[in-house]
Amino acid sequence: MSSATPVTEAIVFRWHRAAITAIAPVTPHVTSVRLRCPLAETYRAGQHVDVRLTAEDGYQAQRSYSIASAPDGSGTLELLIEGLPDGEVSGWFTGIAAVGDQVELRGPIGGSFSWDGPDGGPVLLGGGGSGVVPLLAMLRRRAQGWREIPAALIYSVRTRAEAIALTELERLAAEDASFSLHLATTREPGGKRIDAALVADALRRTGPPGKVFLCGSNRFVAAASDLIVAAGVAPGIIRTERFGA
Amino acid sequence: MPNIGTVLLTRLSFGAFVRPHMTGLGGLTWGVPPHHTGSIGRAAEAGMVTRGFVGRRQPPETGARLPPGQYLTDDFPILQIGPNPTVDRATWQFTLREGSRPIKTWSWEAFEALPRTTWNGDIHCVTKWSKFDTAWEGVSFDDLLADAGIAAPTPFLLAESYDDYTTNVPVADLVGGQALVATRYAGQPIHPDHGGPARLFVPHLYFWKSAKWVKGLRFTKTDTAGFWELRGYHMYGDPWREQRYTGD
Repeated sequence: MSSATPVTEAIVFRWHRAAITAIAPVTPHVTSVRLRCPLAETYRAGQHVDVRLTAEDGYQAQRSYSIASAPDGSGTLELLIEGLPDGEVSGWFTGIAAVGDQVELRGPIGGSFSWDGPDGGPVLLGGGGSGVVPLLAMLRRRAQGWREIPAALIYSVRTRAEAIALTELERLAAEDASFSLHLATTREPGGKRIDAALVADALRRTGPPGKVFLCGSNRFVAAASDLIVAAGVAPGIIRTERFGA
Repeated sequence: MPNIGTVLLTRLSFGAFVRPHMTGLGGLTWGVPPHHTGSIGRAAEAGMVTRGFVGRRQPPETGARLPPGQYLTDDFPILQIGPNPTVDRATWQFTLREGSRPIKTWSWEAFEALPRTTWNGDIHCVTKWSKFDTAWEGVSFDDLLADAGIAAPTPFLLAESYDDYTTNVPVADLVGGQALVATRYAGQPIHPDHGGPARLFVPHLYFWKSAKWVKGLRFTKTDTAGFWELRGYHMYGDPWREQRYTGD
């Protein structure tokens, strides 16, 4: 591994209590949850946390969620949680949770799928649906002081209304010449899926990438990987995260 | 009885030789410690309760088969660090090594001619999903050693993959019918998404130990951390003791 991914033999993930400081829906299916937690200052953009909920009788459920924020000194971090049909944990966040409620977090987890300014670029990002969340964290990190590093985000989403942080991303693309947004809306009239032309367009904007991060469904990540490798990018610089069930 | 469901080993090469998977394992690997029969208890003792959270309770027969912190899925999620490597059966090789010294290398054809072992049961991923009643087939670690004409030269090894992934497993967790180098899943060649042509298969540990696209096993003098173990994941990874990360 390159110096981009610190390798430590003494990483220990402990459970920390976390209190919700803000919660609000951001799209029809996704809720933003901001949590105050000690590990809010220790993560790298792109990493995820394990979240544990405990019922009164001690029954527990755990899920993993990507962190959407970049470390900002506030002592809090943001999760963007997609409500799934019958989601045991996501259903609590989207339907019941309120400011002041407590959950437990541990992490940050996932060192190979993370980015910070000193890792350099150019950075090519590809997100499908809520797979954009860890990539959003990377872009927010870049915006904190690394805007000279070229970056492009290919974002595949069903409709504009379902796109997470679309206003923020479009504003960034408008004001930052080194960042480009390449939206593929798969269920809009005139929309399309990710294809070779979209990848070529993104690569034209960034130049040959030094880092590629892809996150989304297996179908999206497989399609994006194939297109990016076909465009001449070395498979060894591509990092992926996929969500299943 | 361990709450693991139907777990059987069948030696296809010897006809209907069927043995319970527990035999010779001292019961430890498959046994469920009584204090880990569910996820109930620990945080409640510490007084942590999430307001309004009820949870979706599993039927008892499902809950008993789920290690702590796991949920049941019918899908087969795919998790890996990068794109699928391109692995062609025509050039595929599998090599046993002691340190840097090769012990034996098999071609795909030679590997497929080795005795076959099948396994049916439940698998558990550290990302919280478990999948029940999966069916795998391949070459047992015991049969690999037998064909190489060796006993394990050290107590530890690293599985090595075509995508440069590595993961460590003690030899004691591979012998006695506990592990395969699997080449078939649900009766079909393993799809590249799930690690085909061949993946290590150690179902009693979290599934990151079952390295996809495996190209060999390297015996090591000491227990040497692999890719995820260097990044905070547990050196052993027993789902029933919920050993997800270092210190668990």
